[in-house]
Amino acid sequence: MQSQATYNYKVVRQFAIMTVVWGIVGMLVGVIIAAQLVWPALNLSDVGEWFHFGRLRPLHTNAVIFAFGGCALFATSYFVVQRTCHTTLFAPKLAAFTFWGWQLIIVLAAITLPLGFTSGKEYAELEWPIDILIAVVWVSYAIVFFGTIAKRKVSHIYVANWFFGAFILTVALLHIVNSAAVPVSGWKAYSAYAGAQDAMIQWWYGHNAVGFFLTAGFLGIMYYFVPKQAERPVYSYRLSVVHFWALIFTYMWAGPHHLHYTALPDWTQSLGMIFSLILLAPSWGGMINGIMTLSGAWHKLRTDPILKFLIVSLSFYGMSTFEGPMMSIKTVNALSHYTDWTVGHVHSGALGWVAMISIGAVYYLLPRMYGKTEMYSTKLITTHFWIATIGIVLYIASMWIAGVMQGLMWRATNPDGTLTYSFIESVKASYPFWTIRLVGGILFLSGMFIMFYNMVKTIAGEKAYEAPVLAPQAAHA
Amino acid sequence: MELNDFRVLLTVLGFLCFVGICIWAYSKHAKSGFDEAARLPFTDDDLPARGTGRQSKEG
Repeated sequence: MQSQATYNYKVVRQFAIMTVVWGIVGMLVGVIIAAQLVWPALNLSDVGEWFHFGRLRPLHTNAVIFAFGGCALFATSYFVVQRTCHTTLFAPKLAAFTFWGWQLIIVLAAITLPLGFTSGKEYAELEWPIDILIAVVWVSYAIVFFGTIAKRKVSHIYVANWFFGAFILTVALLHIVNSAAVPVSGWKAYSAYAGAQDAMIQWWYGHNAVGFFLTAGFLGIMYYFVPKQAERPVYSYRLSVVHFWALIFTYMWAGPHHLHYTALPDWTQSLGMIFSLILLAPSWGGMINGIMTLSGAWHKLRTDPILKFLIVSLSFYGMSTFEGPMMSIKTVNALSHYTDWTVGHVHSGALGWVAMISIGAVYYLLPRMYGKTEMYSTKLITTHFWIATIGIVLYIASMWIAGVMQGLMWRATNPDGTLTYSFIESVKASYPFWTIRLVGGILFLSGMFIMFYNMVKTIAGEKAYEAPVLAPQAAHA
Repeated sequence: MELNDFRVLLTVLGFLCFVGICIWAYSKHAKSGFDEAARLPFTDDDLPARGTGRQSKEG
């Protein structure tokens, strides 16, 4: 082992910082479109069509999932794979390319989506030239990640890397299959699939984007950062192996629950529902494994706000993975689909699970990237935690109420069979809850600004730190 | 063999494969390897104060 070798921290540092920056941008767009639902004039029709809800909403989802969540996944996976393999990154220049390529994709998305360039596929709106760039960057990411695994200096591949690996492989498969399209001009292509099959492939992609991008990847984060911050090995390694394979075998089949009561064959809908119900088991396996890692060290939760972020994120993960299977039951879905209940469910997963665990991991990473032991202010992390938690609770509670109310109003009929309410009446009744949701979103965004300030104070005037690659030592935990 | 038989076979094989993984994961044989793997995050110290890294010039 060369004594001079240092880990490739630069790319981790860049992605970690951009996680916070894109988090603010993506959530700000979210707050803007939440405000547009309360005050429709904010869509700035007088200025042009660029700021309409329909243009900004995909910008919000792409920015928070792929820019904020994506940067968090790149940063943590590059960090974890190096440290648990005791080796530097394979092809570091290719890793640098993934950083700049990913940033370029985000900027292109921020330009093309408001201009109206879209393939119309949810969470895969970007047009074909950008899709090709995504595929190139993603394959480079896979080469760097699996190349690093291949040159590891230890015999085992730590479970976090299994989750990161599954996430990288599956997202490559999903993106390439679902984005297959026939270009008709520089910025327009039509899907290679048609009708119900197109819808089925889109939601095979869509639900596995949730299952692998937003779940497997972030479980990878969980399996490294929760044990590290709790200073205890994972509760049950056996459970982690079993629930990993259970997730992999099951998630692929759950997509049809997005298409209940549509032109999709009935048996496909039922199959999707059954597999969604089965998914509860592996999901809760992960949650239990994460939370129980803290057993015997619960007192740390009182004083450590980073651990608060990580453990509360697991609670939200458990909650939303209970809610999801329940909503996939066809009779429940008949009430919940197309209502704000779905929006609330997504955000309990996105804000509660994905954002909270990313924030916790970035608070862990940032000081270590600059040769420090902790952030500039631990108090501000605590403040961030409480503001974010209150924001999420306001958001999801208001959406639950609004969603169930909308579902009940839409299905209500008079004795003569006519509808009791017109659609616009359900819109009017939703206003108070959309206002509460806006407040929740503003609170969550404020937390990100606090994080940004804390980050700037932590790294201002500090030189980047290069950690040495050391041979594995006897474990002390 | 009809295409649907092949599909059924693949599903059954997938399930059996998963059962096999469960049996393997809970066997005594796998335990020592798992214990070793579970300690991997702790085989190095990433806190700079106790490490021997260097401050680089690049940002």
